[in-house]
Amino acid sequence: MSLLHIDTLDLSFAKTPILRGVTLGLEPGEILGLVGESGSGKSMTALSVMGLLPQGARATGRIWLDGQDLLALSERQMCALRGNQIGMIFQEPMTALNPLMTIGDQVAETLMVHRKMPRAEARAIARAKLDRVGLPGPRFPLSLYPHELSGGQRQRVAIALAIALQPRLLIADEPTTALDVTTQAEVLNLLRDLARAEDMALILITHDLAVVAGMADRVAVMRHGQIVETGPTEPLFRAPRHPYTAQLLAASTHRPKAAARPGPAAEHEYFCQEEAAGISSWQKYSKSDAALLRVAGATRIYRLPRPRPFAPHPELRAVDDVSFQIGPGESVGLVGESGCGKSTLTRAILGLDPLQAGSITLGAHPVGPGMPQAARADVQVVFQDPYGSFNPRQRVETLVAEPFHLTGRPADWQDRVAAALSEVGLAPEDGAKFIHEFSGGQRQRIAIARALIIRPKLIVLDEAVSALDVRVRAQVLDLLATLQASHDLAYLFISHDLSVVRNVTTRCLVMQAGRIVEQGPTEALFTAPRHPYTAELLAAAPQIPPAWMEDRAHATPLV
Amino acid sequence: MVRYILKRLITLAASLALASVVIFALIEVTPGDPASFMLGLNAAPETVAALRDQLGLNEALPLRYLQWVGGMLQGDFGLSYTYKVPVADLVADRLEISAPLALIALALSTALALPAGLWAASRRGRAGDALVMGATQLGIAVPNFWFAMLLVLVFAIKWQLFPAGGFPGWSDPLAALRALTLPALALALPQAAILARVLRSALIETLGQDYIRTARAKGLSRGAALTRHALRNALIPVLTILGMQFSFLLAGAIIIENVFYIPGLGRLIFQAITQRDLIVVESVVMILVFAVIAVTFLTDLAYALVDPRLRRPA
Repeated sequence: MSLLHIDTLDLSFAKTPILRGVTLGLEPGEILGLVGESGSGKSMTALSVMGLLPQGARATGRIWLDGQDLLALSERQMCALRGNQIGMIFQEPMTALNPLMTIGDQVAETLMVHRKMPRAEARAIARAKLDRVGLPGPRFPLSLYPHELSGGQRQRVAIALAIALQPRLLIADEPTTALDVTTQAEVLNLLRDLARAEDMALILITHDLAVVAGMADRVAVMRHGQIVETGPTEPLFRAPRHPYTAQLLAASTHRPKAAARPGPAAEHEYFCQEEAAGISSWQKYSKSDAALLRVAGATRIYRLPRPRPFAPHPELRAVDDVSFQIGPGESVGLVGESGCGKSTLTRAILGLDPLQAGSITLGAHPVGPGMPQAARADVQVVFQDPYGSFNPRQRVETLVAEPFHLTGRPADWQDRVAAALSEVGLAPEDGAKFIHEFSGGQRQRIAIARALIIRPKLIVLDEAVSALDVRVRAQVLDLLATLQASHDLAYLFISHDLSVVRNVTTRCLVMQAGRIVEQGPTEALFTAPRHPYTAELLAAAPQIPPAWMEDRAHATPLV
Repeated sequence: MVRYILKRLITLAASLALASVVIFALIEVTPGDPASFMLGLNAAPETVAALRDQLGLNEALPLRYLQWVGGMLQGDFGLSYTYKVPVADLVADRLEISAPLALIALALSTALALPAGLWAASRRGRAGDALVMGATQLGIAVPNFWFAMLLVLVFAIKWQLFPAGGFPGWSDPLAALRALTLPALALALPQAAILARVLRSALIETLGQDYIRTARAKGLSRGAALTRHALRNALIPVLTILGMQFSFLLAGAIIIENVFYIPGLGRLIFQAITQRDLIVVESVVMILVFAVIAVTFLTDLAYALVDPRLRRPA
């Protein structure tokens, strides 16, 4: 008999349907991947099982867990089930734990709520559980507070408290989305291992098909509150039956067409010869001989608080002797894990922060906080968050025209705004609207229009597509490729997502602890990494096995 | 933790030094010569000059400032111009009433606000919440002196449960407490209304946090998540308001003390201002500033007790 059986679950908020006829089954010990884009109803399905739906939600249908209908249970009965029979972990480990409680108490609480055991006994079990999730006693005493742990470690604590009572079902809602690739790989391994070893069924909710490919026994694909396709993982990837599944798969491995590039193998060979001859790589990959951006020995040092009064300030070398160049029209990727200095380097390139050593020049101008406004017009930036990077009270035309304060607003600024909006695939009339009227993908297009409007030579794309759904992301990447060709733009593409960097850049820099540990042509670097850290990153990045995708290469057009 | 306390202590000392300069300067630029005020309109200029000399008003400003600060550091606040007694004794007498009054009011306001805020937050958007919100709105809108008179009308005149005013002294503690009950209540209610609203909104914000969802996923009931996880996290803004309220209750009781004819600190400073007893004004204001800064310091310590991130910065 199946452990969990969701039978035609409907869910609505104030008569707006959210879920429609969701039917799902899960065997004991099985790992089910629940995939879909944002708003497809994945999390709502999970919260329905937990009985933790937001106020005002109305669920109908049946959710059978071990022969018990969860929707028919009282709140008190659900409290007894939650944490006991069903555990759940969430996306954001930084905020998922109570900042004022020790990790030991938080894990012990699960035990004390359900088994009326004394605190000492609960803490002893909590110790064992934290050991189990990879937080061994000597280094991670129970008395630690969440802020003393990294994101990955906090997610381990969250897992420990969810599995403390060995629930039959664990729901993980985007458990690794906020984590770095190497940490993601560790946490996914832990989850898989727990499910197998403790015979615990796992629902893994994610937008990332590559994560599912490596983890799940079965996959269910959701769209608009419905399950469109479900089946064993490999056959589903090899031969998706529903067109939407095929679109998702195509989008997640999408490579923009306009990015013309030489063959990888030949490129690598050529690169090595050139390097031996002492010609730096940017000269070959750029169309002209003069570098656009030159970063030479850039070093950014932060002073940390003194450990004792009158002791010297310790220093953090956030960016440490970094050198590279970007040629006009070139696409360069910068990858590295959080805290490696990517953002600090970005701020320095944008001329927002001073350097302690080295120099950055853009064209003929030195870059720094005191640089002339007009020189700043050559570099623009697009940030990750399509929701937070706009003033909600200004009309789109004002937002897009913002960079003109660097150069002075031309008389025909409104025409230029209209032209920029058309270029990014929006209507000129959209200029009169406000930002909340647009979707995430459209907002990112507006951000690109804002960057384009003063005709910069370099656009820094700081995780610019990371928050977008795969299909929207593919469209935005296509747009970027088209614009690059038509405007001869150079891109510095900063991302933690290796597959995106691989698909859109020609050259790539790998950053670790403030240093560039490896740089070279993207394909060469991805196929034959030379630095162990690059190899580690690549090994950790989840990937859909290429063999699964062979059967229908180039088959499905994007919608 | 030691480092945190040391930092706060340094801030405390610096604020006090700055405050003393500002107070001294303000009193100096205020028009009205205490000597001529004390001697009346018809005093001969020579007499005024002699009195100024005697009061030390003719000496250089920096010297007078140093004398004033130096005296205070040794507990010598000078002699009151009008009463001719040490200011320290005057203040000590009044503090015996004002400090307990402020403390009782603070305790009352916390005791009222805590359950009201918790209750409203747990019933957000429902009738109970609306009731608390309406009542607290009223509590903030109604001036406390008017509320004080209402209390006198009902509890002192109609039912004669409490005295309508005056203070019998601490020789009879029960009578003294009875005399302070209505003033404390009048002071506490508007404060409780503010505090309850702050607590409610802080709780509601905390209830939206991810760790509350984690707690619920562990199997905690709504109520348990509220009291075990949300309350302590919501305490920081509440502590801030509480700290500010104590200072207000100590210094801002002037009106209530007048309504109830209680010889407290507020009335002392009020009288001193009208009589140009500048030395008393200076000293009392300085003591109030000290109280405010000391309470802020205690609030900072309370933050650190509540929040481990302040004890051991990562």
